Amino acid sequence: MPAEPYIVNIGPQHPSTHGVFRMRVALDGERIVDADMVMGYLHRSMEKLAEERTYTQNIPFTDRTDYLSAMNSNLAYCLAVEKLAGVEVPERAQVLRVIFAELQRIASHSMALGTFVNDCGAWQTPLMYMFRERERILDLFEMTCGARLTVNYMRIGGVSFDVPDEFMPAALSIVGELPQRIAEYEEMLLENEIILARARGIGVLTADQAINASASGPILRASGVAWDIRKADPYAAYNQFEFDIPVGTHGDCYDRFAVRMAEVRQSVRILEQALDVLPEGPVNVGLPLAMRPEPGEAYARIESPRGELGFYLVSDGGPAPYRFHIRSPSYINLTAMKDLVVGLSVADSIVILGSIDIVVGEVDR
Amino acid sequence: MNPLTLSLSKGTELFLAEWWDIRDLGNPVARFLELVDDAGGPDWLPYVISGVIGILAITGWLVTSQLAFVWIERRLISRIQVRVGPNRVGPMGLLQPVADAIKLLTKEAITVQAADRWVFWLAPSLVVLPALLAFAVVPFGEQMVLADLSVGVLFVIASSSLATIAVFMAGWSSNNKYSLLGAMRSVAMFISYEVPQVMALLAITIFTSTMSLSGIVNWQEEYHVWFIFLQPLAFLVFLIAGAVEVNRSPTDISEAESEIVAGYHTEYSGIKFGFFYVAEYFATFGIAAVGVTLFLGGWTLFGLEEWIPGWMLFLGKVYGFFFLFIWSRGTLPRLRIDQLMSFAWKFLLPISLVNVLLVGLEVLLWQENGLSAGLVLPIFAVVNFAMAGLLIYAWAKLMRPLSQRAPRVRLMQEVGAIVYGQEAEA
Repeated sequence: MPAEPYIVNIGPQHPSTHGVFRMRVALDGERIVDADMVMGYLHRSMEKLAEERTYTQNIPFTDRTDYLSAMNSNLAYCLAVEKLAGVEVPERAQVLRVIFAELQRIASHSMALGTFVNDCGAWQTPLMYMFRERERILDLFEMTCGARLTVNYMRIGGVSFDVPDEFMPAALSIVGELPQRIAEYEEMLLENEIILARARGIGVLTADQAINASASGPILRASGVAWDIRKADPYAAYNQFEFDIPVGTHGDCYDRFAVRMAEVRQSVRILEQALDVLPEGPVNVGLPLAMRPEPGEAYARIESPRGELGFYLVSDGGPAPYRFHIRSPSYINLTAMKDLVVGLSVADSIVILGSIDIVVGEVDR
Repeated sequence: MNPLTLSLSKGTELFLAEWWDIRDLGNPVARFLELVDDAGGPDWLPYVISGVIGILAITGWLVTSQLAFVWIERRLISRIQVRVGPNRVGPMGLLQPVADAIKLLTKEAITVQAADRWVFWLAPSLVVLPALLAFAVVPFGEQMVLADLSVGVLFVIASSSLATIAVFMAGWSSNNKYSLLGAMRSVAMFISYEVPQVMALLAITIFTSTMSLSGIVNWQEEYHVWFIFLQPLAFLVFLIAGAVEVNRSPTDISEAESEIVAGYHTEYSGIKFGFFYVAEYFATFGIAAVGVTLFLGGWTLFGLEEWIPGWMLFLGKVYGFFFLFIWSRGTLPRLRIDQLMSFAWKFLLPISLVNVLLVGLEVLLWQENGLSAGLVLPIFAVVNFAMAGLLIYAWAKLMRPLSQRAPRVRLMQEVGAIVYGQEAEA
């Protein structure tokens, strides 16, 4: 008797889809025989809306794409506008941008690591531990710019505020504590038998597949490709700092997890150097709020916690961008998802989705 | 003097003489039943009264403990997870379970349109029963046992199997895909884990040559040894199988939140969901009570039961056992269903079979040669511990060579290289 495929909608309301993402899977027993990624539940038409607003007014929009790493989205957008308008950013602002981008990377990776283990079935515990570090980083954001999640901190030509006096001691204490915490997490999570059983050999993305799918960030690096825009195309002050690119060798969920863990260590390394060399000086060139760049186009990209985040802007000489396009890493990393999940079980698909670490705000924009 | 006054005066006398003895709550009940018997009346009356007292006492205790443990578990898990936990309702959040219960009772219990209405309604009522049944044969104290069945162990196994039916009814009748997946998982899981569990309990009954739970407690008291020391492997198997059976994290695969939302009870709300919630706690208490009886000496504590009421010791042990489940819930991730199944069939079943064989040999040697228990039991304990360690180690070596643990992540200085498939240097 031919069996009909059993269609299950994982999402848009599901505890593990990290937002309103929907995966429509056809099952044979527990095995996935077909999968469709259905996106668009969080579509807010940002690219079109941005065409009606001035360049400065668009910065808060970028907070709301990847809301777990707002600093990085801000930064990518501001870099694009600066490229378009030819703005030079002061030295102190450059280093501050690195500091905040890396702090945000740690906060974002904490969430990614925590939710990944949660998807593996650990009942909230690692997530809560990760929250502990993330909270302290968000406290730093709050004392600097007043906001914790949607920070709206970067400005065209610098950053909005200089750090307050209490920032440095707090930041140094976090950065000093983190290596010990990471060692603790590595010991507890990377060596955990059950996580090894759940994540090793699951969702293998070969280097060729990853490159073909245009994957970036930890997904690409876990597949063994040493690619990091901070090194390949340095922006802000990254070329001043020493760090390594953690690269996986197997391209499975475990490697993606381990690469993120190693990246946190590298971020700490960058932060230690950046906090040490933070120069004096202005933090902003003080551009007028309504700016009219010369007609032209610019593409700026950064290494966001999820991969290559790019902003493509076209100016027609007006106060608002003529075209505003976001190359969002979550969206493009998801294209590899179907190849990863077919043939595995429902439980595996959740782990794979967790290892890709999407932020639906960025997938749908 | 009419019979009533007579029995009252006699009762006062007895109360002073013997009723203070609450080391075993069975004593006052037995005295009371004697009174009832003396006062005349039908023969069945004492049985009915003792039964009703027992049932009320057990369910009363269970409900109270469950309410208390909702709070204790949430607070403990919070401690494990570096947060505070419920602390708003009442002092230290103590009234939180009450608030939860009120919420569950007052919420609408929705029946989805596509559901099989009768089965959907019946499943939550049935799911609590098996969890309660096990307590009928568990001795809370020397005389505190509702029905001291001679086949108590068998009864416990049989009644806990019944839960599968209710769970499958819930999953099937909900007409929800997640529910059906959860139900199928739970049936597969329960049936698989019953086999090693039975084998573990078989090892115990070979030693005791009785299936009565009171008899097993008495055996442990007589030989001054708990089965956890004599049968570590059986305890481990029982603990794992029990954890699977009660369906709590980390073996909550049939209601795996991150995968299939809530499994078989996805569609249940209000008090119908409450029943599943309560059944989970009752079943956990059941496993804890049976585990304590079989492996931790039940209501005895090496003579201390002479001074402290045995039922207090028993409850203390049950709560301690429950803590293990809370602890593992806060600590461990979840295996995949096929991994959990192969764990049952490829690991637990073989080692518990080896264990049964070993126990059979030991008992044969002991009984046939008429050796003294004081001599052989310590030797058996040592042998069994060594055997348990050996079997677990051998399995670990067989399943996962430790050499595979080379670090996977390499640190690169330059961009552009592709190292896919190249193991990192150790």
